[in-house]
Amino acid sequence: MRVGVVVFPGSNCDRDALHASRLAGADAVSLWHETPDLRGADLVILPGGFAYGDYLRAGVLARFSPIMAKVREHAARGGLVLGICNGFQVLAEAGLVPGALLRNASLRFEHRWVRLSVERRDTPFTRAVPAGMSLRMPVAHGEGCYYLPEDDLARLEASGRVLFRYAEPEGNPNGSLHDIAGVMDSGGRVCGLMPHPERASEALLGSDDGLLLLRSLVESGAVGMPA
Amino acid sequence: MASYRYAVSVMPKPGILDPQGRAVEQSLPHLGVDSVHAVRVGRRVELTVESPDEHAARSVVDRLAGELFANPLIEEWRVEAVGAASSVRSAERA
Repeated sequence: MRVGVVVFPGSNCDRDALHASRLAGADAVSLWHETPDLRGADLVILPGGFAYGDYLRAGVLARFSPIMAKVREHAARGGLVLGICNGFQVLAEAGLVPGALLRNASLRFEHRWVRLSVERRDTPFTRAVPAGMSLRMPVAHGEGCYYLPEDDLARLEASGRVLFRYAEPEGNPNGSLHDIAGVMDSGGRVCGLMPHPERASEALLGSDDGLLLLRSLVESGAVGMPA
Repeated sequence: MASYRYAVSVMPKPGILDPQGRAVEQSLPHLGVDSVHAVRVGRRVELTVESPDEHAARSVVDRLAGELFANPLIEEWRVEAVGAASSVRSAERA
């Protein structure tokens, strides 16, 4: 299982994502955004940070980086893609996952620990999460308020594409509709979430719950789980 | 080729939460102003397009507005031609 972590100008969680991927048992390489080559990656991670300084709108300028055409092809072939925080914003702007991330309803940059309920465990992103377990991870974002027009949101829910929700006790940090913290595309092979699994990948960091997502992906890649 | 200058105004759609507008509104009492409400904050992009004609120039701007400057899911936009008098022919400028 090879993980490719895309580095945009302004990415700042790329090394954490490489480290966490290796902890989960993957071979992990960096992918420079201007080089349209995924280097044989089975899973592409778009990491957190502030790609292109978040100018214009978070994620929108990164969407047009040369590597994104390859990420789009990879997704169209059923390849695995995980967007974390700013990476989720890039996926949403690129239309690779549904929705938009608005400025937090709190008017603040929210940097704190949250709890996530895992809505499905039959996905490549969550198959290693034990039944009944919720996940403790940090969020750190100014634009994480998940939005989708009402009808589209109903369809998203009905099709089981909401993968993570903010749960008690900390609750919803940003005003996201339906407490949504992470969603999947229609094929179930592309996922974006605002919390940072790579920042919760070792007990030393306060939680290693995030590693379960990367372990799920490593297992999924190893067995070539179909869409 | 001629130069055509446009302004694209982008605003959050009605009904979409606009925390920037809310933050601005909340600061108004500090200015001693209590008569202002419904503040919405958007952005304005100005640009010049080199094009053989106005129609082609406008279609470039329309594309950029919908694909880049605004996110159609959450924002609406308006394109207007500005500084028509300054749309001079490149040959004349040279």
